[in-house]
Amino acid sequence: MRRTAVLGTGQTQHQTRRTDVSMAGLCREAIDRALVDAGVDWPQIDAVVLGKAPDLFEGVMMPELFLADALGAAGRPLLRVHTAGSVGGATGVVATSLVRAGVHQRVLAVAFEKQSESNAMWALSIQPPFTAPIGAGAGGYFAPHVRAYIRRSNAPEHVGAMVAVKDRRNGALNPYAHLRQPEITLESVRASPMLWDPIRYDETCPSSDGACAIVIGDQAAAEASERPVAWIRATAMRTEPTYFAGKDHVNPRAGAEAAQALWQAAGITDPLAEVDVAEIYVPFSWFEPMWLENLGFTEAGHGWKLTESGETRIGGRLPVNPSGGVLCSNPIGASGMLRFAEAAKQVMGRAGEHQVAGAKTALGHAYGGGSQFFSMWVVGETPGR
Amino acid sequence: MNPAVAVIGFAQAPCRPSAGTTSGVETLVPLFHQALSAAHLDRREVDFWCSGSSDYLAGRAFSFVNAIDAIGAYPPICESHVEMDAAWAFYEAYVKILAGEAETALVYGFGKSSAGLLRRVLALQLDPYVTAPLWPDSVSVAALQARLAIDAGVVTEQAMAEVAARSRADATTNPYAQVSGQPTVDELVAAPYLADPLRAHDCAPVSDGAAALVLAAGERARRHRKQPAWISGVAHRVDPQGLGERDLTTVPSATAAAEAVALPADLDVAELHAPFTHQELLLRNALGLGERVRINPSGGALCGNPMFSAGLARIGAAAEQVMTGRARQAAGHATSGPALQQNLICVLEARS
Repeated sequence: MRRTAVLGTGQTQHQTRRTDVSMAGLCREAIDRALVDAGVDWPQIDAVVLGKAPDLFEGVMMPELFLADALGAAGRPLLRVHTAGSVGGATGVVATSLVRAGVHQRVLAVAFEKQSESNAMWALSIQPPFTAPIGAGAGGYFAPHVRAYIRRSNAPEHVGAMVAVKDRRNGALNPYAHLRQPEITLESVRASPMLWDPIRYDETCPSSDGACAIVIGDQAAAEASERPVAWIRATAMRTEPTYFAGKDHVNPRAGAEAAQALWQAAGITDPLAEVDVAEIYVPFSWFEPMWLENLGFTEAGHGWKLTESGETRIGGRLPVNPSGGVLCSNPIGASGMLRFAEAAKQVMGRAGEHQVAGAKTALGHAYGGGSQFFSMWVVGETPGR
Repeated sequence: MNPAVAVIGFAQAPCRPSAGTTSGVETLVPLFHQALSAAHLDRREVDFWCSGSSDYLAGRAFSFVNAIDAIGAYPPICESHVEMDAAWAFYEAYVKILAGEAETALVYGFGKSSAGLLRRVLALQLDPYVTAPLWPDSVSVAALQARLAIDAGVVTEQAMAEVAARSRADATTNPYAQVSGQPTVDELVAAPYLADPLRAHDCAPVSDGAAALVLAAGERARRHRKQPAWISGVAHRVDPQGLGERDLTTVPSATAAAEAVALPADLDVAELHAPFTHQELLLRNALGLGERVRINPSGGALCGNPMFSAGLARIGAAAEQVMTGRARQAAGHATSGPALQQNLICVLEARS
């Protein structure tokens, strides 16, 4: 298989309302930074892949069409990916395949969400026929799964709050983060209002406007780069239905199988020992220990122990979300790509104040729908085998 | 270094004014069965699934998620989705096989155009800041393009009616078509305008429908299908959308895609995704198709235009021509967006 690498990444300032820019301006803020970071210019970009979550979030049907010019796609191939919350990651995976297939040398992957253009709660509340309404947003949907996890694993109640404290403090080190809360404490999180038992206000992701862009290149493009690149050692995607008899919402098989395929393709046999940093899609604090188990970093029922021991902090055995993660910035369609980009930044040594020292191998992870769509990649300082 | 890739199976649902179901699953289950049977492939042998659909058509977020239920996606599958016509899902699957990440793929597209007022829904594809608030619907935008083409002398109302007459006559032998018949050109041009200069026969019907297509690499394709339709090239391009930003009588993205696949002038058949008669004429010019090329023996989108699968169905119809031995070399084309903004072309051929 041909080698591929991340040549550069860019992202916007994430915040509740970016009324200073249009959708095009938001995307260009990320794209322009990615091109500069990659040291490439428009003539070198062969194709554009755009990802975002439901079009109802902005109220534009297939917005890549009106954005084509602003995305630099005019006269080029343009693909639009939509795989629910995993879409930012899936967009990176599709762009990687275009280079792996030898179709293109350099591909620009872009993901965005401008939630303030519309009302995300409304967009998510239109009921399909014959489906029971939940009417409590994503938190209401996932809270029972978190409760099930706590009951199954006997995790102490404060673990969720620990994740929130870690991620919000990490976010304070990230100049692009929407929420930056260096003063947050375990006590303040535990004193915040209960939204969907057991998920408290401070354990919940924000609603953000934001975008992310990644330039992916082939081996020749990577070797021509004057700056370090992040070699894409493996990608994986898996899907399963939302509901079916035997569905495990706590530890979904699609996520576990995607991870197994990923580690195998990357030649990794002991993920906890061989991965230096992980950017994992954690929209509600408890998903950190849940996904640590699903990804195979620990055995089932033991993820919370890694979190509780402090090993997922910067400086720990496996720093998780040193950027602050989804708990600090959540432009939904871009959130997965931000995980992929932050993983790349770590191995390129360009993560700034939230850099994990000596990071050589990193995971980027995203999921979506009812814990049913998974996309992930492993990037490294070297191409691997 | 890359494997050869071929179409080895295709199936489509009949195009209907209303599918009589609210569920894509009900439409897709029998379709997957038909496409896989044609490819002599079991559901569990599909390495990669890829679909195209639109939330706005369905009127709700995440409309593609339930379609997964039609697959029976457990154990979990490798799967992806584009918010585009499934012709672009076909492209994603083709690339996946080229990259060696899959050996077989099933591509599907579905849409229930009848759920809303399609021409108004499609107005929401336009620039939301300056154009969409004026609500220029899709038929009106196409009419502006047709008027420009007529004024430029590129097409005539007579030539447009000839396209409609030929398409409807061809569709009489297509059991999946929604519109067919043997009208004369004189009868057609005598009809009143729907949106000057477009008459009803110039516009595709509003159709519910779906299509599914099976792809396989090299040896695998030969094992499963006696005469696979080998893909000798696929390319797609997009133009800027702004209606005043380009000459609407030309289709630069179609021309560029045709150049990228080195589209042969001596094709046997071309299935063009032209939802309006004048667009077929513009596309024939843009693609450089000669008089000898047989256009849309299926009747084309003018006789059945299921949104988000009509482009894939053109590739499928072209592939059927090759798989059944009626054509040595055929092309399938798909379009997306207002006034032929985005275009994809795929060349298929028989190999001995």
